[in-house]
Amino acid sequence: MWESIASYGLAVGAVYAMTGITYNVMYSASRVFSFTAGMLGMLGGVLGALFIARWGLPVIVGFLLVLACGALIGVVTELVTVRPVLKSIEQHLYVLSTLAFALMVQQLVAIKWGTDAQPFPRLIPIGEGLLDQKFWLPLLACALTMGGLEFLYRRTLVGRAFLAIAEDSYAARALGLPEQHLRMASYALAGVIGALAGFTGAEMLLAFFGNQSILNFYGFVPVALGGMGSNRGAVIGGLVLGVFQQAANFLVGGIFASVAVFVVFIIVLLLRPEGLAGASLARRV
Amino acid sequence: MTRARIESALPWLALAVVGVGLPLLDDSYLGVIAQRAFIYWILCAGLNLVVGYAGQIAIGWVAMLTLGAYTTAVLTAGTVAEAWNPYLGLLAGCVLSAVFGLIVGLPALRLRTFYFAMTTLGFATIVTQVALAWRSVTGGGVGTPGPVFPWPFDPGWGFYYLCFLLAALATWMTANIADSRFGRALVAIRDAEVAAEASGIAKPKLLATVFVFAGALGGLAGGLFSSLQSYITPDAFTFDLSVLFFIAILIGGRGSILGPLLGTVILTILPEFAAPLVAWSTFLYAALLLAIVLLIPGGIADLLDFKNRRPLEQHREITPRPELLEQVLGHGGKASMLRLKGIELHFGGVRAIDGLDLDIRSGEVHGLIGPNGSGKTTTLNVISGYYTPSEGAAELNGVPFPLRAAHTRAGYRIARTFQTPRLIGAASVLQNVMIGGTIDGAATFAEAVLTLPRHRRDERHLKDAARLALAAIGLEQLADVRADRLQHSELRFVEIARALMLRPTFLLLDEPAAGLSAEEIRRLGALIKAISRAGTAVLLVEHHADLIFDICDRVTVLNLGKVLAAGTPEEIRSHREVVSAYLGA
Repeated sequence: MWESIASYGLAVGAVYAMTGITYNVMYSASRVFSFTAGMLGMLGGVLGALFIARWGLPVIVGFLLVLACGALIGVVTELVTVRPVLKSIEQHLYVLSTLAFALMVQQLVAIKWGTDAQPFPRLIPIGEGLLDQKFWLPLLACALTMGGLEFLYRRTLVGRAFLAIAEDSYAARALGLPEQHLRMASYALAGVIGALAGFTGAEMLLAFFGNQSILNFYGFVPVALGGMGSNRGAVIGGLVLGVFQQAANFLVGGIFASVAVFVVFIIVLLLRPEGLAGASLARRV
Repeated sequence: MTRARIESALPWLALAVVGVGLPLLDDSYLGVIAQRAFIYWILCAGLNLVVGYAGQIAIGWVAMLTLGAYTTAVLTAGTVAEAWNPYLGLLAGCVLSAVFGLIVGLPALRLRTFYFAMTTLGFATIVTQVALAWRSVTGGGVGTPGPVFPWPFDPGWGFYYLCFLLAALATWMTANIADSRFGRALVAIRDAEVAAEASGIAKPKLLATVFVFAGALGGLAGGLFSSLQSYITPDAFTFDLSVLFFIAILIGGRGSILGPLLGTVILTILPEFAAPLVAWSTFLYAALLLAIVLLIPGGIADLLDFKNRRPLEQHREITPRPELLEQVLGHGGKASMLRLKGIELHFGGVRAIDGLDLDIRSGEVHGLIGPNGSGKTTTLNVISGYYTPSEGAAELNGVPFPLRAAHTRAGYRIARTFQTPRLIGAASVLQNVMIGGTIDGAATFAEAVLTLPRHRRDERHLKDAARLALAAIGLEQLADVRADRLQHSELRFVEIARALMLRPTFLLLDEPAAGLSAEEIRRLGALIKAISRAGTAVLLVEHHADLIFDICDRVTVLNLGKVLAAGTPEEIRSHREVVSAYLGA
């Protein structure tokens, strides 16, 4: 039992972690929390099943297409729902615009794809039982994402430009950085990561339109607990959340697992609003 | 005045006539749609205070409907205990939803907007999951029968009138709140949170009360909903429904009652007349939401607000009437002194304030000047409790004075203005000024809900005081204009009027002359001087040296968080270091 708690929990946790990173990448670029994070994960699964299982495309082509779609949707998100409301960010209109956009996409999927959870094809026939690819694939994707982002942010000029914008967008603009393009690129990157999360996790979570709200919530929990903008916090938080949820699932039953996660979430946030590893709030006056 | 009142009462009268008269058509299909609209509105009326007024993005409020529906249905059906009377079951649903309204709302008291949106979303998901899994009580996916209310509100038109009456009651109660100092405080929290705190509005307590109220209305709606459905399953409470409630309010417009009511009615009726579109309804709602956010963030209410499109007079002048200040401030003539001793405050490695001593006395204007970054505004923020210093203490009339908790300052009669005016653009000038007197209201939330005499007396006093304060600063002719239509200089004076509403013992002004014309600065100077002569201690942070030396009785010069010099204006003007560091030759 403990093996399956660990393998399943870590795998789901990796999907949560990547969704959390998706939130973070968008947040760093624009100070916006976007409801499209869970939508990207949902689409990763649905589009993957569509391309590979239904249309019969080769796995690698389908995979790349899914990532490309993720990037495209990221760009659209930035253009349609973020850029127009960024001027008056203190009114939090982005919460509504991103929610509206995510709902539209979700409804489109529900109508065109269906509201039933559909199976996702087995991609790589390696490993059995607890070493099945559906368990290690999300973990691998998560590790690659984390490593890739570390490399991007620390070793490349573009990555440093991302960091500069995240740190102080005014100063970055004053230095002549193309803030708008970088923001759009960040959203495209977030789109890729979100779609990757959904794609690699879909054999477990299935191609299901309802995954959107599940990933939105459980992907946000590690971000909130680990501190906004902290990818390491999101990964640790995501893995812990996944294992905790699975353990609770096995020991006390699924419903009480979700209730337990929710209660822990609220209590931690009430005690430490800035997250377990986050910094304190900025000045307001 | 009376004509305007009749005009604003007309839509309500029309709605009431339609509501009362609809059964005459004897169309039961129409009746069911109307009952659904009433029920949805009962929930939305409460949610409107949370979303539209307080600006808290509560997306998953359908959870309150679910809780109320299941509580009423299960208690009435007698699944868990002896069957309850349906009316008692309805009440129990209300109470339980009120409790959960508070629990779900807790994170909003401390957290940012998006966190709260997420917690309500998470809660809605969980409630449905529990309803699905707790088979012994809720019947799981099979569901449970809804209650049947006995005479006089039995199914059919009897139940119709129950829904109508409760919807009317919900409208009346929320309109009372909206029109009270609590409603204004909610809007202040939404649009000018820092100013709300400085006016003594305790955000957690107020929001908690509103969450309880909105939860109770959601539960009430749920109980009625379960009876209307006659059989409830978890499927009846999809997230789509939550989206409908939420969007109805935003389409209607934030800070309005009529707008969201129309929004709810429209969104309830729409799918009935566009049957082929039913599958697409949530998609369309979402598209509508996106369009509204991007194109008309003000919603229907803004489109209908003709009054605020009439052009204002072009060349307006601010003519303060300092002779009214005695009446506005009404001091008992008791002298007060606030003393700061050895205050130190660090931001990381930066010493923003580095051992500051400062005395502020009633009847004096105390100028605080210095180069940018010398700690002037920071000093104001320490006194107003936004920052807690790491070292040092303060005394008020010799008694230790805590330097924290910004919302408690108003109780000490410490008022302030801000470097960039923090007003509620969507509220009228008069309402903005009334915010300043919030803590002087005596009536409780419950009294305001029912508009009891003490509440009406509060409102009268606040309104009179606000008009008087506006007259004193010279802007009474703009009392009914939306604040976002004012010029910059007028906003600065409105902020002073709001501060005067507190009848402050100490008034902290943060660069009140910035952006004003020379003539306006002269009038401002006279006004500030008169305020101090009426017995208030004024601490004035300013860059206009002329104004400072004109009206101050005492001047402190800061540099790098330290006092560079302190004394009378004459002493400062001839102080060698000050001249070389700051004033220039």
